[in-house]
Amino acid sequence: MGKAAFLCDAERCIECNACVTACKNEHEIPWGINRRRVVTINDGRPGEKSISVACMHCSDAPCMAVCPVDCFYKTADGIVLHSKDLCIGCGYCFYACPFGAPQYPQAGNFGSRGKMDKCTFCAGGPEENNSPAEFQKYGRNRIAEGKLPICAEMCSTKALLAGDADDVSSIFRERVVARGFGGDSWGWGTAYGNQNDS
Amino acid sequence: MPRSSERARAAEPRPAARVPSPRFERRRKRRLRVAIGALSLSVLLLAVTLASFVTMADAQSVRPPANAVTNSTPDATGMESVPGKITQPPARADLWRFVGGDRGPDEEGFTTTVSIPNKLSATLVQPFGEEWRLLRRGPLPEYGLIIPAAMILALAAFYLIRGRIRIEAGPSRNRIRRFGGFERFGHWLLAVSFVALALTGLNLLYGREYILPLIGHEAYSLTAWWGKWVHNNIAWAFMLGLVLIFVMWVGRNIPHRRDLVWLMKGGGLFSKHSHPDAGKFNAGQKLIFWSVILLGASLSLSGIALLFPFQTGLMGKTFAFFNDIGLSLSFIGIDVSQPVTALQEMQYQTIWHAAVALVMIAIIIAHIYIGTLGMEGAFDAMGSGDVDLNWAREHHNLWVDEVSARTSRRTPAE
Ligand code: SF4
Ligand code: SF4
Repeated sequence: MGKAAFLCDAERCIECNACVTACKNEHEIPWGINRRRVVTINDGRPGEKSISVACMHCSDAPCMAVCPVDCFYKTADGIVLHSKDLCIGCGYCFYACPFGAPQYPQAGNFGSRGKMDKCTFCAGGPEENNSPAEFQKYGRNRIAEGKLPICAEMCSTKALLAGDADDVSSIFRERVVARGFGGDSWGWGTAYGNQNDS
Repeated sequence: MPRSSERARAAEPRPAARVPSPRFERRRKRRLRVAIGALSLSVLLLAVTLASFVTMADAQSVRPPANAVTNSTPDATGMESVPGKITQPPARADLWRFVGGDRGPDEEGFTTTVSIPNKLSATLVQPFGEEWRLLRRGPLPEYGLIIPAAMILALAAFYLIRGRIRIEAGPSRNRIRRFGGFERFGHWLLAVSFVALALTGLNLLYGREYILPLIGHEAYSLTAWWGKWVHNNIAWAFMLGLVLIFVMWVGRNIPHRRDLVWLMKGGGLFSKHSHPDAGKFNAGQKLIFWSVILLGASLSLSGIALLFPFQTGLMGKTFAFFNDIGLSLSFIGIDVSQPVTALQEMQYQTIWHAAVALVMIAIIIAHIYIGTLGMEGAFDAMGSGDVDLNWAREHHNLWVDEVSARTSRRTPAE
């Protein structure tokens, strides 16, 4: 795989939340943590649109740049992962992330955060692939099993695309040509730096 | 006995019974009034702070304003328009600019919603994160090094030129009480907590660059984890210390005309034989006092906002206030007429907290210098609490006069 990428086709997303549910189930995500969420624009009004959002695994990842303990790393596929053993729960990645992806269980006194949790592109973490320790901290490692992220696999309308950036964008381009409208690939430019696409 | 701490130790043996003069009584009452006033002021400030928790940042609402377009004809969706209610549909390009984060919801009447409980997550893109990242990776740590470094250089230059400021008349054998036990407790509570907060804070700002490469990821992460714990918890000691010194010393730190003279003479710091008049606190100390109080209060407020994420709206209120009085912050790239989102609130607070802390660190470096290495006899004031009488005469002559006048009134002639 080249560069891992997500794309949500807003012309197709019907806000069924299958991706959210699939993610929660696959990784046994605790209450209050949402690695993926669906945002609806102009809910209940003509022209309503929905977009499923999670960590986009940015090319020049802001979270990586600001983490004070430098706990992020990038896999060969361009997936942005982090080590929960190193994370101190400072919340800085959330302040830098354009998509609001990092999540925190509240832990400790006052409002202090626990170790950060976010979408892993179903690629686990630094532990051994599919070990119980990896599953417990980061969820299942589907990439190691040769599978793509569960959210996109489960998408009822195939609005959410996940995979190699080139594949994803060519599928999307074909669709746009076929239907003749709706060529906005939301978030793509912000995450992967091609400003023409945003 | 609030003022008993200043009894001159050098004085004759104390008489068995002390009858304070009426004048002394009046002054004592006045000081008491100032102290009570200060205490109620700080309680009031605390109450205001707590009250601001309750009111969440107004700007975080994702609902459209009352005048927003709430009914619009669709574009290319085939729905019929309702006569009489037709308004221009927002152009599609606008919609995509909006969800790309370029516009606020209020501007175009767009709304975003989520069905999960965390309503803050309805924001699709927050472009300010990029600015925050640039600030945190660029100017903040850069100026953060320059300001304290400039202070250290200035002090080193001062030391080389002026040397240690000696007691001109030489040490006397007599000592005079300057700070009582409780005053020193307040000072050291503030001082120790400040140093702990400064070190753990600097660790988070500079550690990744300067400490992590030395000790490795695991050890550094552990340091940062405990540093965060210490920082979050010691903050309360700092706030308590701040309230204590404020209440104890504010009465003595009201600016006075003689402070101007003191400042014009550079406090006598730059010339060997000049000792401008000063009371218990000279103008330099008053400046330190007020900087610590103001910067410390600001640090406490921003710190509380960071300890309780998304609970306060102080930055938004401050900007709204600036907007009301027509003060523009456009020269630092802040448009005060725009609402501040709950997330921006936090982002501004982290930057502000660090910037104020770095300035305060520079000021405290100077304070530590003059209280230890820079001036002979100064440390005793906060060490044993008793200072050399000659030192006191040179640097706080009016205070010495005041204390000895009081003592001699209290001590009838033999
Ligand atoms: S979407 Fe957020 S968390 Fe994910 S890589 Fe980008 S900045 Fe990091
Ligand atoms: S919360 Fe964790 S991952 Fe995020 S910046 Fe802080 S230490 Fe790094």
